[in-house]
Amino acid sequence: MWLRKAAFSLVTSLALVVGAFAQPVTPAPAGSAGQPTVRVWNFSDYVSPEVLDAFERETGIKVIYDTFDSMEVVETRMLAGRTGYDVVVVTASFLPRQIPLNIYQPLDRAKLPNLTHQWPTITERVGRYDPGNRFAVNYMWGTTGIGYNVAAMRQRMGADYKVDTWRLIFDPANLRRFQDCGIHVLDAVEELFPAALNFLGLDPNSKRDADLRRAAELLRSISPFIRKFHSSEYISALASGEICLAVGYSGDILQARKRAKEAAEGTGRPAIEINYAIPNEGALMWFDNFVIPRDAQNPDAAHRFIDFMLRPEMAARNVVQTEFASGNLAAQRLIPPTLLQDPQVYPSTATMGRLYTITPYDDRTQRLINRWWTAVKARRPIT
Amino acid sequence: MSPARRLIVAAPAIWLFLFFALPFAIIFRIALSEPARAIPPYTPHFMGLDRLGEFIAGLDLDTLWTLLSDGLYAEAYLNSVRLAGLSTVIALLIGFPLARAIARSSPTLRPILIMLVILPFWTSLLIRIYAWIGILRQDGYLNAALGMLGLPPLDLLNTETAVVIGLVYAYLPFVVLPIYAALERADPTLEEAAADLGCPPFRRTVEITIPLAMPGIIAGALLMFIPAVGEFIVPDLLGGSETIMIGKTVWTEFFSNRDWPLAAMIAMVLTLLLAVPIMLWQRTDREQT
Repeated sequence: MWLRKAAFSLVTSLALVVGAFAQPVTPAPAGSAGQPTVRVWNFSDYVSPEVLDAFERETGIKVIYDTFDSMEVVETRMLAGRTGYDVVVVTASFLPRQIPLNIYQPLDRAKLPNLTHQWPTITERVGRYDPGNRFAVNYMWGTTGIGYNVAAMRQRMGADYKVDTWRLIFDPANLRRFQDCGIHVLDAVEELFPAALNFLGLDPNSKRDADLRRAAELLRSISPFIRKFHSSEYISALASGEICLAVGYSGDILQARKRAKEAAEGTGRPAIEINYAIPNEGALMWFDNFVIPRDAQNPDAAHRFIDFMLRPEMAARNVVQTEFASGNLAAQRLIPPTLLQDPQVYPSTATMGRLYTITPYDDRTQRLINRWWTAVKARRPIT
Repeated sequence: MSPARRLIVAAPAIWLFLFFALPFAIIFRIALSEPARAIPPYTPHFMGLDRLGEFIAGLDLDTLWTLLSDGLYAEAYLNSVRLAGLSTVIALLIGFPLARAIARSSPTLRPILIMLVILPFWTSLLIRIYAWIGILRQDGYLNAALGMLGLPPLDLLNTETAVVIGLVYAYLPFVVLPIYAALERADPTLEEAAADLGCPPFRRTVEITIPLAMPGIIAGALLMFIPAVGEFIVPDLLGGSETIMIGKTVWTEFFSNRDWPLAAMIAMVLTLLLAVPIMLWQRTDREQT
């Protein structure tokens, strides 16, 4: 009986809501029909807006630019089919799993004359994921390391302490000291398991259950001190001083450094100083690449867009804006020397030798480590 | 039955079929499929009614078994029900006095007050929850205000408390509106009569107003509780990684594990967990009347 009465009062209240919403709807402005468009899907904070403007001005092609902050979302939408995008930026480690599914179209090299400017070393490394470099062309690359608040680091570890080891993160005795000022860690299994394996002296690319279990237990031992596992919030959190330590992507942490400086300008307050370190044990090297989905509406515009981004001057502008290293070699002479010689952006040859790459996990292993990762994040036992 | 009458009867049935039965059947089919590396990433077992025998013979309940054997899922269900339940109780405690105040205000003021309750819907929930991050974070507005009053700061962001605050905030209008609708229709002379006969205000509320508002209270509670159990945005943005809720679990299965069948099975079980008790309750209720 009460349910029927409840349903009645529910309908009455819905009528109230609908009544309040019944406003005339203004139609979207017309007139833009007929203009060619290119739909681009990229990580957030990952392009110079000026470059997009320049592309629109020069080609007359309108750029519809959407962002994401998790590769998993992109992959799932690609697998569901028909994303509607013409150009997508995809991390190389996902490619070996995706390419056999026939979701990308091979690049037409004749339409990409600026490919000649690409950096052979980087192209070769991306080729390990995309044999023959048929589908993907590198946009940016970088490392996964440690970002920190310099003042907080000095205060807790002493003025002479040099951030150069993963021991800072993986030794609970060290990490505990930063709990009060806040620690964020990427919410990404494919970043943290290799880092833990590498720290344990195991192969960072190991797919053995026993090795991965040891990595999970190591990660579990530090999780009580971590405030949040998230893959993008740490940029603003580091810049605002809300956290003092983060395991994150090189360019993101350098962007946090830039934002902290900009935020202090004009306020008279001292800027929060942020720094990034690639530990001596090595770090994961990752590559973000342009691909064109099989069902792209406008593959011609997609090729034009990619080729435009491969122009040395455009690549250089994107590097200056994002502080990520570009896969474009010719762009390097256009990049300010302070950035080009910054070992955190462009690591030295010696450091490059210590960077490792990983291949994707098979489905069963992926499920296993995802399950463990949930336990790590929720501070539950590793089962 | 006249054709017009038949149409009126058929309308809700068609609505239920299109927006409930059909999607439910699609999810059910995915739940009984095998995960696969393909587009879409599953291989269905059910290939039409003419091959029903084949389907039943080949049916394996691995997905359901995974769901039942791993304590994570049970914990996620329980946590979701607990947090949604707690939030609903708090929302009722806030929503009931609010609805009563609106119902008793002057008829000219009422539409404005109702409008104010609905007003937050004009902004995306996502943006409003982001605003809560600004309020609750360590150097946020709440702690700034507490600091000015000389009180110690609270560390609320990324905790269960923040999730409850977010849920109450997001769903409060859904509780206020049905209670208001019930109270507006209630006869005000009943309370006046009780007052004339010397009934004190508190007893008047408990014995007259609340029973009169009961259908609205139940509608509001259900309207909030059911979506709050499966809520994703609020726990994801305001909760910490310790707060395991079912919405986030479905997300992980769907996006990180690329296991659509398991994600579908979690959603199915959630629907059954919510729908079956409500249906049983309704049945006993009907037998009593």
